[in-house]
Amino acid sequence: MRVICLDAEDDFEGWRRAARSLATRRVPAHEVLWRVGDQSGDLFGRTVDEANSTAPIAVSRDFLALSRLAILHRDPERFSLLYALLLRILDEPYSLHNPADRQVRRVEALHRSVRRDIHKMRAFLRFREAGEGEMRRFVAWFEPEHHIVRANGAFFVERFTNMRWSILSPKGSIHWSGSTLSEGPAAQRNEAMGDDPVEAVWKAYYAAIFNPARLMPDAMLKEMPKKYWKNMPETALIPSMIAGARERERGMLEETRTAPVGKHGAETIERLREEARSCRRCPLWRPATQTVFGEGPHDAKIMIVGEQPGDQEDRAGKVFVGPAGRVFDRALLAAGIDRAGVYVTNAVKHFKFELRGKRRIHARPGAGEIEACRWWVDQERAIVRPKLVIAMGATAVRALTGRTMPVGSARGKSLTLGDGTRAWITVHPSYLLRLSSPAEAEGAFSQYVADLRAAVASMTDID
Amino acid sequence: MPHLSLAEKLSILADAAKYDASCASSGAKQRNSRDGKGIGSTSGNGICHAYAPDGRCISLLKVLLTNSCTFDCHYCINRSSSNVRRARFTVDEIVDLTLDFYRRNYIEGLFLSSGIINTPDYTMEQIVRVAKALREDHDFRGYIHLKTIPDAAADLVTQAGRYADRVSINVELPTTGGLRRLAPDKSEKRIEGAMAKMRSAIDEGRDARKRYRSAPNFAPAGQSTQMIIGADAATDREIVSRAAMLYDRFDLRRVYYSAFSPIPDASAVLPLKRPPLMREHRLYQSDWLIRFYQYSPQEVKAAADPDTGMLPLHIDPKLAWALRFRENFPVDVNHASRRMLLRIPGLGVKAVDSILAARRCHKLRLDDVARLTTSLKKILPFIIAVDWKPVALGDRENLLPHLVAKPNQLELFAS
Repeated sequence: MRVICLDAEDDFEGWRRAARSLATRRVPAHEVLWRVGDQSGDLFGRTVDEANSTAPIAVSRDFLALSRLAILHRDPERFSLLYALLLRILDEPYSLHNPADRQVRRVEALHRSVRRDIHKMRAFLRFREAGEGEMRRFVAWFEPEHHIVRANGAFFVERFTNMRWSILSPKGSIHWSGSTLSEGPAAQRNEAMGDDPVEAVWKAYYAAIFNPARLMPDAMLKEMPKKYWKNMPETALIPSMIAGARERERGMLEETRTAPVGKHGAETIERLREEARSCRRCPLWRPATQTVFGEGPHDAKIMIVGEQPGDQEDRAGKVFVGPAGRVFDRALLAAGIDRAGVYVTNAVKHFKFELRGKRRIHARPGAGEIEACRWWVDQERAIVRPKLVIAMGATAVRALTGRTMPVGSARGKSLTLGDGTRAWITVHPSYLLRLSSPAEAEGAFSQYVADLRAAVASMTDID
Repeated sequence: MPHLSLAEKLSILADAAKYDASCASSGAKQRNSRDGKGIGSTSGNGICHAYAPDGRCISLLKVLLTNSCTFDCHYCINRSSSNVRRARFTVDEIVDLTLDFYRRNYIEGLFLSSGIINTPDYTMEQIVRVAKALREDHDFRGYIHLKTIPDAAADLVTQAGRYADRVSINVELPTTGGLRRLAPDKSEKRIEGAMAKMRSAIDEGRDARKRYRSAPNFAPAGQSTQMIIGADAATDREIVSRAAMLYDRFDLRRVYYSAFSPIPDASAVLPLKRPPLMREHRLYQSDWLIRFYQYSPQEVKAAADPDTGMLPLHIDPKLAWALRFRENFPVDVNHASRRMLLRIPGLGVKAVDSILAARRCHKLRLDDVARLTTSLKKILPFIIAVDWKPVALGDRENLLPHLVAKPNQLELFAS
């Protein structure tokens, strides 16, 4: 057994010299014991390897780059692992370029871990200012996972060349005087404590740049694990930022909900109508003639939602002007509702049909189409903000609630939509057209009118 | 206006800047301060100095010069009709803040934007003055990202490009209709005109550098833009098309997506919803497919639902593409091209490069592949190795439960 004594945990040059000397003699890895510091090699009666062969051995630059960083890892076995890999690639140079090789994989894992630690030190190290004028200097405390402080010194020198600074760590410290870099012993955390007034300004920034509506603590933790937190001043704010986030978000939504749309409402609904003309959210725009958008006052108290435009609506570009529209008009009249005062729209804004010869036969919109068009209905609701929404038929119910509900049993009852608006469900007027017996149609019509009346009557307890 | 402390001003002007998604500090030319009187360095790769509980990183001091604005864009907290508290930094205040933060290693540099006050030229001039003071008076060598104002005079924009590593102009909304409705004072033509001018200035700068080493750098980290997701009716397909067009026509480095999020004192015409974060995430993934995985925009669009034009939310777009075009699978890891390996759901660029390197040494078995990837289970149905051949991919319903954690979300998209 030969013992190699290295000067320090990050003594790459020492390791390199010794490894080269051992490798030229092909000393097997298990016969070498690597030690750090001034420990004498004869503790167990073993001999310190003093042979110093300088015979050149050829290894690729990639191996040097890999080992230069991997050697900074805190794993005590790293010297030995790297030496074993060196012996291996002397005989099989290509194995170094095989990422699936176990030995290479293991060393690469060390390398990766060190690189990450170096990166995190560059990111999370925080200087505190101390002293003034000539005495002004910056002091940081950092607890690295590996032996990286010395290796990372050059980065901080190049960035902060004209500052005087010290980086203290439990594994040693480095000091930059503005012209020279010196090393010092391990330090204590309290040596880097100080009252830097800029820290408070930084914390104000950190708190303000956070968007409470996007709370994602897991994403934060993935990149900024808790072990770094204790030396970063801003992280003390995190618990209260997280705790208050939902409340702040709710406040913002609440405020928006109660704010009046104001004088721009009419203009906005016009712009929305214009935007809807070029809607491509589902393929129905292709066969249809045009987008049939909602109509009515932008501040109507009642919004009525139907299914989709029919053949005549598609040609005219207006809602409820065909046969079902005539039934609808008749029912509104009977229920004492002024159509000019309500906002009338459809769940789906394009006509869906099947061609039979020259006739375009109405086809039911699918869930995907309803889902795609829901965006428009939501926007219309957001602008009009009706006190009451009347959903006519299953498609309208699905568009407003996102759920499928049997209209037969749900009709004539009120329910509350996600944003708190009251909604009533009734049948679609085209249903009345499909009933064959006049008596049946008559009865269904009265019931439809009764539904509309009840819905409107329910508004009195809203106001 | 009562006198505000620096921290109060910063709170207002950082709060107002947080809706801008970009915070990257990458792409700059390498430089350091060894031979200078100033401070700072850039390495080409950005450094994120902190992460906020919204999961986003903090790399730059991202602030507005002022949050006063003559424009009235509905989605913007700074619009003229908003009741938000207003504040304004002086040039010196921003310069000092940047240097103070930089010296303490809090940031990589400055991202400066502004509400439009007085005239576009006046605003742009103020922005440029900050960058000029940092670079010339303080020899600052950290990163600077400036937001340019579309209508500002050409020479001001040129100056911005001289001092900045990156410049950007936001296209704001993916559709023309959306922009007209939500940002009535802005115009697509003006925004794109400014981007086109910026592109030619960057190209010229690069050309000049090739001929004369002493030619000044012009926005070496290029230009980027941002669009808001979920405030207009654009489908994911339309957004992907628009982004592809922007990358192509203006040679953008990045297109950022910002899920529209509720803002204090919001305009009442906006969707009353939580921001569509998952949608934003899927769009970023689709952006990666194009930038790093050799997918064409057409292919990404083909991963979207043909009915709604939307990318699925419950699976990533790469898996969605694989399930839609399953005739391409399984892929033989020992023979397939890099392009096909990149299409295997669950394999990243690094893993693919490792596979390519490893298979030069020997034929890959399943345990070799396992060492090169993070989750073998996820990729099993899609690959062939020496000792592995999956049965033909089952139909979507059979396969999905093995690949995604919450198949119950499927219901949303059933049609």
